[in-house]
Amino acid sequence: MTPSPLDVVEYALRLGDDALVAAQRLADWSARAPEMEEDVALSNIALDQLGVARLLLTYAGEVEGAGRDEDALAYLRSDAEFRNCLLVELPNAGPAAAVGTPGDFGVTMAKLLALAAYQWLTYERLVASTDGHLAAVAAKARKESRYHLDHATQWVLRLGDGTEESHRRMQAAVDDLWPYTHELFATDELVGRLSEAGVAVDPAALRAPWLEIVEPVLAVATLDRPTDGWAPEGGRRGVHTEHLSYLLGEMQVLHRAHPGARW
Amino acid sequence: MSTGEPLFEVFVRPRRGLAHTHVGSLHAPDAVIALRNARDVYTRRQEGVSIWVVPAAAITASSPDEKDAFFDPAADKVYRHPTFYEVPEGAQHI
Repeated sequence: MTPSPLDVVEYALRLGDDALVAAQRLADWSARAPEMEEDVALSNIALDQLGVARLLLTYAGEVEGAGRDEDALAYLRSDAEFRNCLLVELPNAGPAAAVGTPGDFGVTMAKLLALAAYQWLTYERLVASTDGHLAAVAAKARKESRYHLDHATQWVLRLGDGTEESHRRMQAAVDDLWPYTHELFATDELVGRLSEAGVAVDPAALRAPWLEIVEPVLAVATLDRPTDGWAPEGGRRGVHTEHLSYLLGEMQVLHRAHPGARW
Repeated sequence: MSTGEPLFEVFVRPRRGLAHTHVGSLHAPDAVIALRNARDVYTRRQEGVSIWVVPAAAITASSPDEKDAFFDPAADKVYRHPTFYEVPEGAQHI
């Protein structure tokens, strides 16, 4: 069964917007990370995410066939047109932080652990996609995700099983972000159609392996695994938190003020 | 910007068959993180296939003050170089 091109566009945007928004959030740490070495590491990870986002957005634009390139999709869509999960758009200081609060490294590591584990599991399976383009992107991205996962794991272990203060903040970060991880595994008719056609990876099947990665890390880090409960969602339908609007405002201002600007 | 984390010296092997070469140093809370930091700081452009990190405190180095005592006596001992010796005419297998 040939998948509908519009479905493929939507799916590529979901994966690509996750990576793009995650990259933008991580880039906020540039020149502000706790250590110079960590600064380089976070910027590397941000650039990895951005690289994958560019490939996926470019592909989405090509399949759509309406003449939109990666820049048009990244810089000229409104928040309601973004398909990223809510997790990646949450501020670096945590979901409840006021706008402009400086980032919390523990929150960033908790978020990266959840995201990288999910992305790695996705890309590991997407390499077998019947869509050759998505398979090729996944083949490149899975090695990068493996490293992001490792980086986040190392820090969650050290901060969780570190000092009293680092433990307290790491636990708070995991507790605050846990509800938003449920959306990663939410499925709908679109991914149902695409996974049946062998194009997409059904996220619902990833929750069990994801827990197998994340739960042992939390345990070794002496962190409590939060209970499942509230599960905010909406990102895949374009219903976002207010945080995405601020993020896009900053990310898009230059391109909107000076269309086609280059440097 | 350092918060007092220990210093590690980084050695990178550029490719198989070559020796690890000192490339620089960095701060990290422990050796495992140091290895990852080294990967990010020193091998971003495919500079290596293997990395060693060594706590800088574990290195015993010769002192610049001892430079003369350590190295100068070698200067006039030309017989330590193979080129000092002439190979006799007709000698084989050396």
